[in-house]
Amino acid sequence: MAIEENLKIELGKQGVFVTTLEELYNWGRRSSIWPMQFGLACCAIEMIATTMARYDLARFGAEVFRPSPRQADLMIVSGTVTKKMAPQVVRLYNQMAEPRYVIAMGACAISGGPFKQGYNVLKGIDRYIPVDVHIPGCPPRPEALIQAFMTLQKKIDEQPLTGENRPRFLNQNAQGEFPVPEPADHDLEPPSNPGVWSAPVVIR
Amino acid sequence: MSIAETKTEKLDGWNRPPTMEPEGEGELLEIAMGPHHPSTHGVFRMDVTLDGERVMRLKPVFGYLHRNHEKIAEGAAYLASMPYTDRLDYFCSLSNNWAYALAVEKLVGQAVPERAQYIRVILAELTRIQNHASSIGFLIQEMGASGTPLMYAFREREKILDLFESLTGSRMMCNYMRFGGCRVDVSAAWLASARKVVAGLPAFVDEFEALLTTNEILMARCQGVGVLKPDLAVNASVTGPLLRASGVNYDIRKVDRYGIYDRFKFRVPLGDHGDVYDRYMVRVLEMRESIRILEQALPEIPAGPIMDPKAKIRGFRPKPGEAYGRIEAPKGELGFYLISDGSPNPYRYRVRPPSLINLTILEDMCLGQNVADVVLIFGSVDIVLGEVDR
Repeated sequence: MAIEENLKIELGKQGVFVTTLEELYNWGRRSSIWPMQFGLACCAIEMIATTMARYDLARFGAEVFRPSPRQADLMIVSGTVTKKMAPQVVRLYNQMAEPRYVIAMGACAISGGPFKQGYNVLKGIDRYIPVDVHIPGCPPRPEALIQAFMTLQKKIDEQPLTGENRPRFLNQNAQGEFPVPEPADHDLEPPSNPGVWSAPVVIR
Repeated sequence: MSIAETKTEKLDGWNRPPTMEPEGEGELLEIAMGPHHPSTHGVFRMDVTLDGERVMRLKPVFGYLHRNHEKIAEGAAYLASMPYTDRLDYFCSLSNNWAYALAVEKLVGQAVPERAQYIRVILAELTRIQNHASSIGFLIQEMGASGTPLMYAFREREKILDLFESLTGSRMMCNYMRFGGCRVDVSAAWLASARKVVAGLPAFVDEFEALLTTNEILMARCQGVGVLKPDLAVNASVTGPLLRASGVNYDIRKVDRYGIYDRFKFRVPLGDHGDVYDRYMVRVLEMRESIRILEQALPEIPAGPIMDPKAKIRGFRPKPGEAYGRIEAPKGELGFYLISDGSPNPYRYRVRPPSLINLTILEDMCLGQNVADVVLIFGSVDIVLGEVDR
């Protein structure tokens, strides 16, 4: 339940800070998203550039890149996911603790990008793991990655802690472990996770 | 049980028994570094066999970023492969462009106008500086200095990327060179800003060196680590700063004199010991030489066209034949081998990636070293996985 804005401002003038538990909780979560130090291809360089002096991701509370998936909240899939690498990406995602989020950075992570026609390239990481924010670009500029962070923060802000739309980590019945694909004769098996991704319907 | 007994069935290739004997009674430990490891520059796996801290055997595992570059290029028109070459070594897209353009120009016998040659040299040397700066930054970061040198390197890199962006429209994937010239002309304003950036570069290298060259920790970690003997380097066809750090005088800018490199005065820095410190030093000195080339090239860039008027853009069908074009990319000899059968697509398209071939001697450099030094030696080879796996 949100507080009326005017009342909040009025109370603030009196030196009284009023908030809801939900708001405070989400504020804390969104202000310290720790990404995983995990670069796949070209986009990883732009990801590093985003954390460096000029773009300074630290302004968003996200400069602590953790090498271990156990300590990370956010996986930035930065680059082409090949069929050899896809099982590892899904496994790393499974190893991350909830709450966890995924940014698909760049055309390759979204759909295979320029290498889509290749025999060894996964056509989008959202076939196996749920993606929260997609950023197009080849590679996306650091500004675009910052935009993705802000979008993710907005998303976290709006997550209710109870009810139907509560996030996965507060839902006992939500899927926690995602099946890791196995290399088979021609393709990864299964070719996609139907719980996460369904083939787009073409409307003619 | 010694390790020689455990793996006897397949002795070929990487499964051969180690050349070293384990010390003491302890068991050997096999660990997989990567593909998700903060120091692997991407997705690369090293299966390391350890005796305590000592490396007994190291098996590199490639292919986590195999993106079918060569296969896609064989199905595409010649010019359509140009954007893909950007994504080979994604630090140095302009050098890759040049190597590919050079190979195709050799295939069709295409001349390049003077102004375009100068632009190519300027862009390639700017690329070299930003590549070396960031590769040193990554090397030092792997040593444990998290952030500072890399921040300095990327601060300077951003200035150079601004130049690339204002000229080509993209920070990293420039897609700039064409067969017989370049895509867009440089303006006087761009040249002025390039001069300004280049004028600031010596101060940056000085600052970088003041921070690092005589740093006690860096010297202790780097000197005498990962020694590569010159004869082994030559036999393994290692190229680039890695080879020159071992003391072999081989720079394709001097050997082939491709483009217009014979007009510029520059020296080829050589190492003495072939260890990690020498590789660091060679890269720093190469940055200085690149600045020298830029200082010569920027003032004397001539006016004129940037594309050869005879260059064919549409209906590009080279006569049957083959060509190999190579340049001195920041990481070593980057070559493109093309076979044409007279069709609009190459019949065979092969990249000679410096990163992959420089990696082949990784095990020889790492044997007997500590496992913490493996990270360092690997970083000093300076690879990019986009180029290793293609």
